[in-house]
Amino acid sequence: MKITGDSPPVLTALDRPNSYIGRSVPRPNLQRLTQGRGQYISDVTLPRMAHVAFVRSPHAHARIKSITAAATKKSLGVIAVVTGAELAKVMTPWVGVLTHLKGLKSAPQYPIAIERACWQGEAVCAVVARTRAEAEDGCELVDVKYEALPAVTDPETALDKKTPVIHSSLGDNLCFERKLDVGAVDKAFAESDAVVETTFMFGRHTGVCTEPRSVVADWNEGEQRMTVYHGTQAPHMMQNLFAKHLDLAEQQVRVLTKDVGGSFGIKVHTYADEMATVALSKLLKRPVKFVADRIESFVTDIHARDHRVKAKIGVNKDGTITAFEIDALTGIGPYSVYPRTSGIEANQVVNLVGGPYACANYRAQARVVFQNKNVMCQYRAVGHPIAVAVTEGLVELAAAKIGMDPLEIRRRNLIADDAYPCASASGLKFEKLSHHESLAHLDSMMNYAGLRAEQKKLRAQKIYRGIGFASFIEVTNPSAAFYGVGGAKISSQDGATVKLDAQGAIVVHSGVTEQGQGAEAVLAQCVASSFGVSIDKVRVVTGDTDNTPYGGGTWASRAAGIGGEAAWQAGKALRGNVLAVAASILQAKPEELDIRNGIVVDKANGTERLPLDELARIAYFRPDTLPPGFQAELMATRHYVPRAWPFAFTNGIQASYLEVDTDTGFVKLLKHWCVEDCGTIINPQLVDEQIRGGVVQGIGAALFEHCLYDDRGQMLNGNMADYLVPMAAEMPDIDCGHVVSPTADSELGAKGAGEAGTAGAPACVMNAINDALRPLGAKGLTDMPFTPDKILRALGKV
Amino acid sequence: MSELPLNLALDIALTVNGEQVRERVEARKTLVDFLRDDLGLTGSHVGCEHGVCGACTVRVDGEIVRGCLMLAVQCDGAMVETIEGLSDSGEIADLQLAFEQRNALQCGYCTPGMIAAAQDLLKRGGVPSRDEIRERLSGNYCRCTGYHAIIDAVESVAQARAGGKQ
Repeated sequence: MKITGDSPPVLTALDRPNSYIGRSVPRPNLQRLTQGRGQYISDVTLPRMAHVAFVRSPHAHARIKSITAAATKKSLGVIAVVTGAELAKVMTPWVGVLTHLKGLKSAPQYPIAIERACWQGEAVCAVVARTRAEAEDGCELVDVKYEALPAVTDPETALDKKTPVIHSSLGDNLCFERKLDVGAVDKAFAESDAVVETTFMFGRHTGVCTEPRSVVADWNEGEQRMTVYHGTQAPHMMQNLFAKHLDLAEQQVRVLTKDVGGSFGIKVHTYADEMATVALSKLLKRPVKFVADRIESFVTDIHARDHRVKAKIGVNKDGTITAFEIDALTGIGPYSVYPRTSGIEANQVVNLVGGPYACANYRAQARVVFQNKNVMCQYRAVGHPIAVAVTEGLVELAAAKIGMDPLEIRRRNLIADDAYPCASASGLKFEKLSHHESLAHLDSMMNYAGLRAEQKKLRAQKIYRGIGFASFIEVTNPSAAFYGVGGAKISSQDGATVKLDAQGAIVVHSGVTEQGQGAEAVLAQCVASSFGVSIDKVRVVTGDTDNTPYGGGTWASRAAGIGGEAAWQAGKALRGNVLAVAASILQAKPEELDIRNGIVVDKANGTERLPLDELARIAYFRPDTLPPGFQAELMATRHYVPRAWPFAFTNGIQASYLEVDTDTGFVKLLKHWCVEDCGTIINPQLVDEQIRGGVVQGIGAALFEHCLYDDRGQMLNGNMADYLVPMAAEMPDIDCGHVVSPTADSELGAKGAGEAGTAGAPACVMNAINDALRPLGAKGLTDMPFTPDKILRALGKV
Repeated sequence: MSELPLNLALDIALTVNGEQVRERVEARKTLVDFLRDDLGLTGSHVGCEHGVCGACTVRVDGEIVRGCLMLAVQCDGAMVETIEGLSDSGEIADLQLAFEQRNALQCGYCTPGMIAAAQDLLKRGGVPSRDEIRERLSGNYCRCTGYHAIIDAVESVAQARAGGKQ
């Protein structure tokens, strides 16, 4: 029986009677999902609702010479055919820049292309009809005349003089550039016993949410109000953007998220087709629905990674790492994505390389260039998988070069557990990390020595197994330093409102959102604990800008650490209010009372004094019996934003054990381990499942997932049969371990855990493959994903 | 052969979750679109529309099928069971409970299809190995969980059902 039940809480400072902090309580909203009774945006239907389908450019770069839609307009069920120029009268264009990414530039992007399409898949015309099928029939009849333009597809030549400039107004194809030079890098390399250099390649891949992007927009001309049912991670951000580009007040826009079928960072951006859907609803004065089909998803959902990183490490014979140097290049499509920009991933790579190590010499260059492919932007673990693979790939190459064990070189270089607070060479500030304790935990959890012995024994039988590691740091709980300071209206603070209902139960409204990670469970745990009721008495409401406190939503591993703290504090505040009511009823002192398991008790001895349902009855229906001048306040709101640290960094280490079939090039994953430190663990089961899910997305990047393009900018595998994602049969069991270093920035001390798995998995799978093949003299594999053909090439077999 | 109109419609009669249904549907309409759009059974999900992801898995005449690879008109006379029907009958109650307790779902979009596929495996009897469970669920994509928890949940139900029979 592998199902572990709820466990009693570990005693911490957060311990209160009937505390749920640290317990694996099941999520409150699961039954509706297992019974098929959830409501995803793709399930939403409204009266008079129309459906939109888009005619999309088959060219990577083309001038739109004409659009003829006479036949479409006569087609059964068609309500409207709308071009980019027509829609531009309803909605203004946007430019994806942030002022703190100095020099970052982009061009205005419209909901539907005007005059020119800049990637294969960009919408050039909308057809609105009674059904999606009729809208697609209509699209078939739209006659678009294109003049193909040269496509810029290779980032390596994007800045060459002879390469056409995609947006002439920008002057060149450079979106963003960052340089960093810390310490004495040249001197360090010159004085090192050994220097290892290689080039890492990271294939473009994408989130492949099982529910494609979905939106239903409902402009009510009578109310002058736009209601948008939107599968998004950030409803308040989208409220702001819909209002801004439709020239409405934010009050006129309501965004509801409902159930969201996977997001992983894919659903936190502005998509032209979704903006067009909202604009079409305004134009047509009726609800309009858009659900991307899978083919559309592959060519329009943001892609990520696509980096070439030349990298170098210096090392001494005693294992001391002397310097890191990287030169990163990435092509991000024709536009920087709004409003988070497409400069963040490369910027994160610069920030994060070398991050776990005490190495003072670091030089980095990153260039972000435009190209005529689908746009790239932030996907789960933004920049981390690249930075971790570069760093950890270099560290294991250095270890091999000097003949040192890969764990030993880490022991000699990881920042010491008693060195905090401190900063990385790139300037990241660390409050408290636990690299060494995590490594020691991993070492024993996986029985490293035993695995090495097994590996050696099997090699004699020509069975090639590898062990690879990846230490990592992860950005979580972002303050305004991430986006707010750059001018984007993306809230870093979040709020929770907690109220006592008339039967003594609790309702929580929170600004963070649920995409399946378990945010609603965590919020319920926080409030149940700090207020003092059993968790079944707590109902959580998220994803509705009309009814939840203003907040940032769910991204950058912030929901538990920030939303959870706001909920914890709101629960505490309401407890204070309720105890004031109880004290006036009981003629007691509030400080001598507490709420335990839904009953007001004497704090000292737990004697039951007043059940909450009775308190609520009096406060709501017989307030006349309360003392004159006393007003019960049975609703409390608290907000929280991290202030002491720009980010709450977490850390951890992963290991992969795998076997390479040297005849076929196939990799069989045998086992995966992850030890991580996300501070206070509110719900151990949810943390472990975030880790496991994240690891598997990282494994996808290492072995399978790749958006393949030809040199004309055509995506070659934009369907689920050709674009491979991890399936159950190929995935290993994943063991999780924890070290707990709470952040002192909040009372809860919780940091984020949503991206750690994805951050480290590609690196340790890469290192394990190279470890397996090293005795065969194989060329080091650094070009993700590591498909069988690449492995056979590295072995010299093809 | 002359080209048929895109919206050619046909009458079909079938049983869906035990209820008699008679509808006129376009010949081109897939079973999953029919279930969702015409009958309001939105528990069956559309993930890829080309038979790969398994989110639309439903049971037709006792066998699991991809709702996106079967046309509604092919189900004339058939007995169709969706997650709504399987839930209400209690047939999969233990699987649902195990998925909930083990957090074997996150966003839940793949879950109805995943549970239908798991039930198809388990109703054959015996206690499949973890590898066998992984193999048999490989036609159902989950992007959230990494599968480990799903395998745990299905394995625990297989063991419990086998134990119950002894």
